[in-house]
Amino acid sequence: MSWQPSASFNNIRARAAMLAKIRQFFAERNVLEVETPLVCDSTVTDPYIESLQLTSGDYLQTSPEYAMKRLLAAGIGDCYQICKAFREDESGLRHNPEFTLLEWYRVGFSLDALMDEVGTLVNLFLPNKKVEKLTYQEAFERTLGFDPLAISLNDLKAKASQHIQLEMPDGTLDDWLNALISLVIEPTLGKEGLTFIYQYPPSQAALAKLTKNDRTQSVAARFELYYQGIELANGFDELTDQPSQAERFAKDNDERQQRGQKRIPIDQAFLTSLAQLPDCSGVALGLDRLLMLNTQSPSIQDVLTFPDRQ
Amino acid sequence: MGSYSTNELRSGLKVMLDGEPCSILENEFVKPGKGQAFNRVKLRNLFSGRVWERTFKSGEKLDGADVMDQDMEYLYTDGEFWFFMDPQSFEQVQADKAAVGETAKWLKEQETYEVTLFNGAPISITPPNFIELEITETDPGLKGDTAQGGSKPATLSTGAVVRVPLFIDQGEIIRIDTRTAEYVSRAKG
Repeated sequence: MSWQPSASFNNIRARAAMLAKIRQFFAERNVLEVETPLVCDSTVTDPYIESLQLTSGDYLQTSPEYAMKRLLAAGIGDCYQICKAFREDESGLRHNPEFTLLEWYRVGFSLDALMDEVGTLVNLFLPNKKVEKLTYQEAFERTLGFDPLAISLNDLKAKASQHIQLEMPDGTLDDWLNALISLVIEPTLGKEGLTFIYQYPPSQAALAKLTKNDRTQSVAARFELYYQGIELANGFDELTDQPSQAERFAKDNDERQQRGQKRIPIDQAFLTSLAQLPDCSGVALGLDRLLMLNTQSPSIQDVLTFPDRQ
Repeated sequence: MGSYSTNELRSGLKVMLDGEPCSILENEFVKPGKGQAFNRVKLRNLFSGRVWERTFKSGEKLDGADVMDQDMEYLYTDGEFWFFMDPQSFEQVQADKAAVGETAKWLKEQETYEVTLFNGAPISITPPNFIELEITETDPGLKGDTAQGGSKPATLSTGAVVRVPLFIDQGEIIRIDTRTAEYVSRAKG
């Protein structure tokens, strides 16, 4: 029976050093460290995220987003949290069903200002990296030569078949865009430096505000950060509009039902609190992946003491 | 045979794809934080030996393939088929040219080979890594030449042609690495 840790002592020490540096980074900026429960009575409706459920019916959190926004709505101000998050069936070289997130919120920050701050923090662990900001549209146009915000499903399928061998008869426009970004574009991102992708299709807004790009197309004020083809962070200019949020939850649940998944009861406390949420930008960063890159480890298992072995 | 979800595809597992048995080589889980998850899978087609790369939506299912590897003794060929025997049950199977493939040049009677069976029929034959075979034809050996690096072609009892050192003679038995088709040494008497 193998009982030894899967991470080296060096990597275990590198994690401790990383946590200390992050706490110092936020202390210097007067961002408050907070804690919220891991066990929650409701969870996300996102059709592509499955929560682990306890026999009591409670869920293990998939991210601390809802609870932290309730704190923000109550007036806590700038805050961050380092915590465990859980997602069922996510296991691989870059995934473990239990992982560590750093999530933080900045009141009054634009998405652009938050991207800059993320770049500064990541630079502590991946020093001297050039920062590049690309819109989702530019990333597609540059790599694949078409506008992802203006393409029809049929044209998209035809384009996709030139790059990937994938049968997805019931695939939606977003499924195909996701396939292309994660299988074709992502591996080319952040080769030399940190690459931020921003302005996502409005259908992939999740909890971000909608805005217009310079071609007056509707886009989501959302970003993702990549380094060496690895997704590190996801940020939003946070949606503060209660009715829009309620609509997105309902749409998620309809999609879940269509896909044969359970409907998720809406988190009413979160939804109610949104009316008080100040304008803010927030981001979640995967610390295990940052540590992988920091220690040049090929697998997430190399930085976890006892990873899930399925 | 049952079926396997993409999340259960482990290296070495045998599955059916496009009606042909394949062995899983690699399975990479790819998932954006928000959005559909995929599995990028590398498989070896057990008929052709070719490596395929396919991407599946996570959670999709593939049928298992009734494939097993069994050690069997080579008996003989009738020119069309090659016959192998299970040394435990004495049951015999016949492999055709497609299944035997390149291994034909390493087939020696009473030697044990790994026979890959699909639905009970052989689809490929893997020789042992090292095999000892007799040289049936080569130029006469150069006496005393054991240090020079030179080599010459030699035909073996199975018809295979390999390069051997100059001092090796016709009628000698030599040890061959079947993976590289290279001479290793004289067989130990």
